[in-house]
Amino acid sequence: MTTLALNLRGRPAGRPGALGLGISTLWLSLIVLLPVAAVVARSTEGGLDAFWSAISSRQAVSALRFTLVVSLVATVINAVTGTLIAWVLVRDRFRGKRVVNALIDLPFALPTIVAGLTLLALYGPTSPVGIDVAFTQFAVLLALLFVTLPFVIRAVQPVLIELDREMEEAALSLGASGRTVFLRVILPNLVPAILSGAALAFARAVGEFGSIVLISGNIPFETQVASMFIFKQIESDNPIGAAAISVVLLALSLLVLIGIRGLGRWGARHDR
Amino acid sequence: MIAVRDVTKSFGDFVALGGVSLEIPDGSLTALLGPSGSGKSTLLRIIAGLEQPDSGAIEIHGADATRVPPQRRGIGFVFQHYAAFKHMTVRENVAFGMRIRRQPKDRIRERVDELLEVVGLAGYHERYPNQLSGGQRQRMALARALAVEPKVLLLDEPFGALDAKVRAELREWLRRLHDKVHVTTVLVTHDQEEAMAISDRIAVMDHGSIEQVGGPRELYDRPANGFVMRFLGPVSKIGDSLVRPHDITILLEPEDGARDAVVSRVVHLGFEVRVELRVAGEEAISAQVTRNEADQLELVEGGVVWVRTTHTLAVPA
Amino acid sequence: MTVDRPWRIGLRVLALGYLALLLLIPIGLVFYRTFENGIGAVYDSVTTPAAISAFSLTLTVTAIAVPLNTIFGVLCALALARGRFRGKALLNAIIDLPFAISPVVVGLALILVFGRGGWLGDLPFQVIFSVPGIVLATIFISIPFVVREVTPVLTEVGDEQEQAASTLGAGRWQAFWRVTLPSIRWGVAYGVVLSVARCIGEFGAVSVVSGKISGETETLTLLVEKRFQNFDLAGAYAASALLAFIALATLLAMTMINPRRDEE
Repeated sequence: MTTLALNLRGRPAGRPGALGLGISTLWLSLIVLLPVAAVVARSTEGGLDAFWSAISSRQAVSALRFTLVVSLVATVINAVTGTLIAWVLVRDRFRGKRVVNALIDLPFALPTIVAGLTLLALYGPTSPVGIDVAFTQFAVLLALLFVTLPFVIRAVQPVLIELDREMEEAALSLGASGRTVFLRVILPNLVPAILSGAALAFARAVGEFGSIVLISGNIPFETQVASMFIFKQIESDNPIGAAAISVVLLALSLLVLIGIRGLGRWGARHDR
Repeated sequence: MIAVRDVTKSFGDFVALGGVSLEIPDGSLTALLGPSGSGKSTLLRIIAGLEQPDSGAIEIHGADATRVPPQRRGIGFVFQHYAAFKHMTVRENVAFGMRIRRQPKDRIRERVDELLEVVGLAGYHERYPNQLSGGQRQRMALARALAVEPKVLLLDEPFGALDAKVRAELREWLRRLHDKVHVTTVLVTHDQEEAMAISDRIAVMDHGSIEQVGGPRELYDRPANGFVMRFLGPVSKIGDSLVRPHDITILLEPEDGARDAVVSRVVHLGFEVRVELRVAGEEAISAQVTRNEADQLELVEGGVVWVRTTHTLAVPA
Repeated sequence: MTVDRPWRIGLRVLALGYLALLLLIPIGLVFYRTFENGIGAVYDSVTTPAAISAFSLTLTVTAIAVPLNTIFGVLCALALARGRFRGKALLNAIIDLPFAISPVVVGLALILVFGRGGWLGDLPFQVIFSVPGIVLATIFISIPFVVREVTPVLTEVGDEQEQAASTLGAGRWQAFWRVTLPSIRWGVAYGVVLSVARCIGEFGAVSVVSGKISGETETLTLLVEKRFQNFDLAGAYAASALLAFIALATLLAMTMINPRRDEE
């Protein structure tokens, strides 16, 4: 074999280099970047005025504001309950715990439309216990609580598991009560994970569609979220207007994503 | 013979190897010895083809192998953390190289059995690496490397991840294996005792260059410089010279050329006795004497003695 | 930290109560409602021509999207874990994009590219309101899963085994096939399971892009919506129960794969 031929295969196995990167870039550009670029680019097709009036119409503003508020509320609630549930799953012992732990991922695995239907069964017109919150803002909150349930739990669990027990024991030996240990030793170490889970939950909530479709009634100025508003705009053959609102949602999500990465670095400064 | 000719290698600003040359005779067991950062692992990996030198050449049996990929160099490599194929059994691990070369099945089976016997893992064929101890995994790794009859065996701190007792056992075992199999072997280690115990030749490295090459006795008795001397054993400094603690003779009477000193501490370490002394105008030094000698001298703390040194090495101040 | 008994019980009750109200009771109710009238009725409901066609469309789309994204995912994970290039942060951000975008916006994006008047609107075959559009939407939303599962595994395992393989004579492809792939198989499996669940369950993007033509571009999730809006509650429940079964099967697969992942 000539040295030249050997040169071409000169690199030892395990250096992936160009092939993986090239194909990834191609695939991503085609499937992800192109469509997203289209939304951003074409949102201003009618000029900046059209863009502005699309996102500042009363209905658009109402939908966006409602989306933000209800997503925030859902995120905060699930941040608290998520931490609680993660605590119970990691530190407590009871029969059926493993089943419960597996079921936490149900909102990830279940189609959103089925999630909406599921909530409607218990909390809608056909509720066996007479609770009917369908077509109210509370229904939207309920749907968002359902779909964002796993985020904080799954973010906090591994951190709790890894938590150095000796830190807590040291605090106890120094006279701290259980409550103090939790508030001053455990919780501070969980905060980065909670925030990161919450950020993911929020990003998911603002864009949620399928679980809200059936249960909200999509009442403009009341229970209409941004994603449904966009959907209506598309149906009314106004894709450019829809694109404008989409850009706002996209910007929000990107902000959150960048926030998470920044959080990751901030959280890491605590590590040994 | 393996020849390293003027090899340099940098990683960004860090110069790992600055123009290193070395010849490794066939059939020998050569150690590359040095502290971390000395470049010894880098050199080994360049010989293996796992890294490319920035300049210089590697020759294996007279042919230039610098640009030849590791697959084609005919080497066997043993990693510090074993690099066992976790999803394969011991048998499959050892057979890997032969299967790549498409050797016939019965030949493979035969050789695997033979090698597992040699490394003391007979009967472990169907176990998985995670069912073996560290020492057993490393022996498997050796069997795997030897399976394809390499021209040279390269070991990168092979016993570094093992505890002291296993390390000591395995290095003796490696030497016996080498005596039986006679493959040119290059071993990287930071442990001078390990290097001295089993190698034919040692190349002492520091900061990317080779300080001295020679047999263990030669390096210990006639170190080329202060670094080599310090690395291979304990030293004390008196004035402009380095001296081995056991080359310091303690006298009860003054003599020509002997310096006066005060005994600050006598430490009994079993057979050995360490005597810490303050020589006038110098830092504290340690001398080593046998128990009998210590008894005869009747040393006490605060006592005045005279010291005479032999086999000293002059070093720049 | 040992919590006192009363506290512990209290916390447990709160946690389980929340989960029951939000998750367990509703889903139990759906199954109850579904099978209230007997399995026969359910069976009939999921074997109507529309249902069978919806189910087969969903499976077909999934069978296209998942393998493609798996191959991409493994290659991309290799590039991220082993490659040395600038812009890894950018690549990571782009991969995360499908997680951050509302499904409706995904559908909109595809319309803006492939629809009438779109950048690629004049292709010889129809994309929007047709199966290719559904496939593209499904691929988009399931891109991150395999990459995200495999990259940490590759990083953790390191490339020493591949180096060993190369010293033993294996070429790049041989080392990849015999050493790299087996070492990531459970990460890949987990990613595939997540992708499959996501593809089968996709609703929003497909809702925008499909045109919902029964028997042609109606997926199983769209069927659920249609039946509900046609007041065919029983039918909607039946189709939902089928999807819920698939979701539970997914959870089961995830639970079984998880310990395998951890031990590697």
